[in-house]
Amino acid sequence: MDLSFNLLGNAIMSGILLGGFYAAVSIGVSISFGMLDIVNIAQPAFILLGSYVAYIANTWWGADPILASVIAMPLFYLLGVAIYTVYEISFERRGDTSLRGLSFFFGLLFITEVTLVLVFGVDYRLVEARYIGPSFFLGQIEFPLRLLVPFLVALVMLGALQLFLSRSFLGRAVQAVAQDPQALRLMAANPTRIKRIAFGISIATASLAGAVLIIIQPVEPSVGRDYIGRIFAIVVLGGLGSMSGTLVAAILLGIAENFTATFYGPSWSPAVSFGILLLTLAVRPSGLFGRA
Amino acid sequence: MRNTTFVALLVVAASVVFAAMMWIHNGYVFFAGYVVLQYIVLATAWNILGGYTGYVNFGIAAFFACGAYSTVVLEKLWSPPLIVMILAGGLVSGIIGLGTGYLTLRLRGTFFGIATLALAVVAQTLITNWDFVGGSRGAYIIRPEHAPLLPLDYIQYLCLWMLILSVVALATARAIEHSRLGVGFATIRDDELAAEASGVPTLRLKLIATVLSGGFMGMAGAPLPFYVTYLDPSSGFNLSYAVNTIAMPLIGGTSSWVGPLIGAILLGTLQQVATVTISSALSLLIVGLMLVGFVVAAPNGIIGWFAPATRTRMRRLRGGR
Repeated sequence: MDLSFNLLGNAIMSGILLGGFYAAVSIGVSISFGMLDIVNIAQPAFILLGSYVAYIANTWWGADPILASVIAMPLFYLLGVAIYTVYEISFERRGDTSLRGLSFFFGLLFITEVTLVLVFGVDYRLVEARYIGPSFFLGQIEFPLRLLVPFLVALVMLGALQLFLSRSFLGRAVQAVAQDPQALRLMAANPTRIKRIAFGISIATASLAGAVLIIIQPVEPSVGRDYIGRIFAIVVLGGLGSMSGTLVAAILLGIAENFTATFYGPSWSPAVSFGILLLTLAVRPSGLFGRA
Repeated sequence: MRNTTFVALLVVAASVVFAAMMWIHNGYVFFAGYVVLQYIVLATAWNILGGYTGYVNFGIAAFFACGAYSTVVLEKLWSPPLIVMILAGGLVSGIIGLGTGYLTLRLRGTFFGIATLALAVVAQTLITNWDFVGGSRGAYIIRPEHAPLLPLDYIQYLCLWMLILSVVALATARAIEHSRLGVGFATIRDDELAAEASGVPTLRLKLIATVLSGGFMGMAGAPLPFYVTYLDPSSGFNLSYAVNTIAMPLIGGTSSWVGPLIGAILLGTLQQVATVTISSALSLLIVGLMLVGFVVAAPNGIIGWFAPATRTRMRRLRGGR
């Protein structure tokens, strides 16, 4: 009894920590899919790109992975701007975002993955940092720093984005694009420019998300695929484009996956996100916190 | 051209192809030919949903591998003739398509795409955890030496079946294009809201397309265990099936049955050559780059380069607009 209570407590606690990490991974899609209506299914590949940037910085110069990824963020922002520019010209203007736009991102996902395979091979890579090994205990419940640091990073990132979106002029403009691009155009603002900036930001988050990913687990190029289902389950469950919704949904998924892993075995946990995704789409497509 | 004439022509073409392969009399031709033919079936199947109705299916690997694994199950239980396995694979994958479609096709098109993307991961998880079909260790299937009834090697026999499947898939695709069903599909692709408002039963049509498309993918996967003789989840669910199957119609052109056929022959052959001469990873990279290049720069694919003929046909399909 005592043992199973510990097991339960640990499953919930590490589920919450894992959920924070999932939120960091999903936030980019929450912006691009949730607010800009751009279904960027290539995000996991960009996150892995971020992991490998952190890996290079860590093994070559011994840099801290999180610090390195923050420095790399502007580059990811520029990558996002470039991708959006192509996307806007090729698909949004032609009004062909669903079939060819989706296939475009699918192609990007695949190109990035294959390129990573060609450059780094399929071996698992990992980083070293002081906070990766140890954990501290609160009573019987374990807090591994390897999960706690990503959790805190995720909270900071979500908080910063929430502040940006609600307080700054640009952030409000992004929210306006999400609601009514036509009205925004009537206010003499250029929705394309605002979407370009917002999409750049969504890709920039992949840099940091990649660093926390490689802190949590060793990484090889196809790892990203496991995250596609998770990311979209979280974003849809959280109600497209809501920061707090994303965090809550991510924590719910983290706990659900941890329970499945603890009681049925870790090989089943990839199925959890799909179950949640299908259930949400079938029962409440607007998500937990979405405007119906 | 009437459907029967078209089928007759297809059968003649297929017989010529098979006769030529027999005449070359080289084992490798059949191994390579099998893959190209398999992609003709997959690309045509994908296009029935993607090209005609505009809904993107990323879960090709799931449908394909479920067909393959249904063969593994049947082989372990009772080892029926290949035709039974092909039909069973089609049935299993068709049902999966029906289920996924029923849950997600009522929403915006992108949700279906996302759901199918996740479907591939889940189906792989299920198979990996299913010990009866070998789990993550994979399953060995013994390929018989000779074909039943016919004086052929088994690989030639597999190739023949894939050729028959391609004929059936192409004939179905073309028949759809020239039927009320095809017009209904086109209305969904062009303006689903207007179609719904004019009384087109969109959900039912989308479900028909998903089941047909998924079913053909399952049939294409069913002979796979005999071809590879060892099937494990990571090879059965390989992402390259999905990328190839999506790239082929988009490169060939999605508006008619010719597009996937051209794309599959072109990319399939190119990859067979590139895999042997360069490396398989690099040849996959080429496919990815071509996919992105074509959707950005040539949205109507190769058949779009011969535009006039296609354009008038499209106009007729769209009702003279």
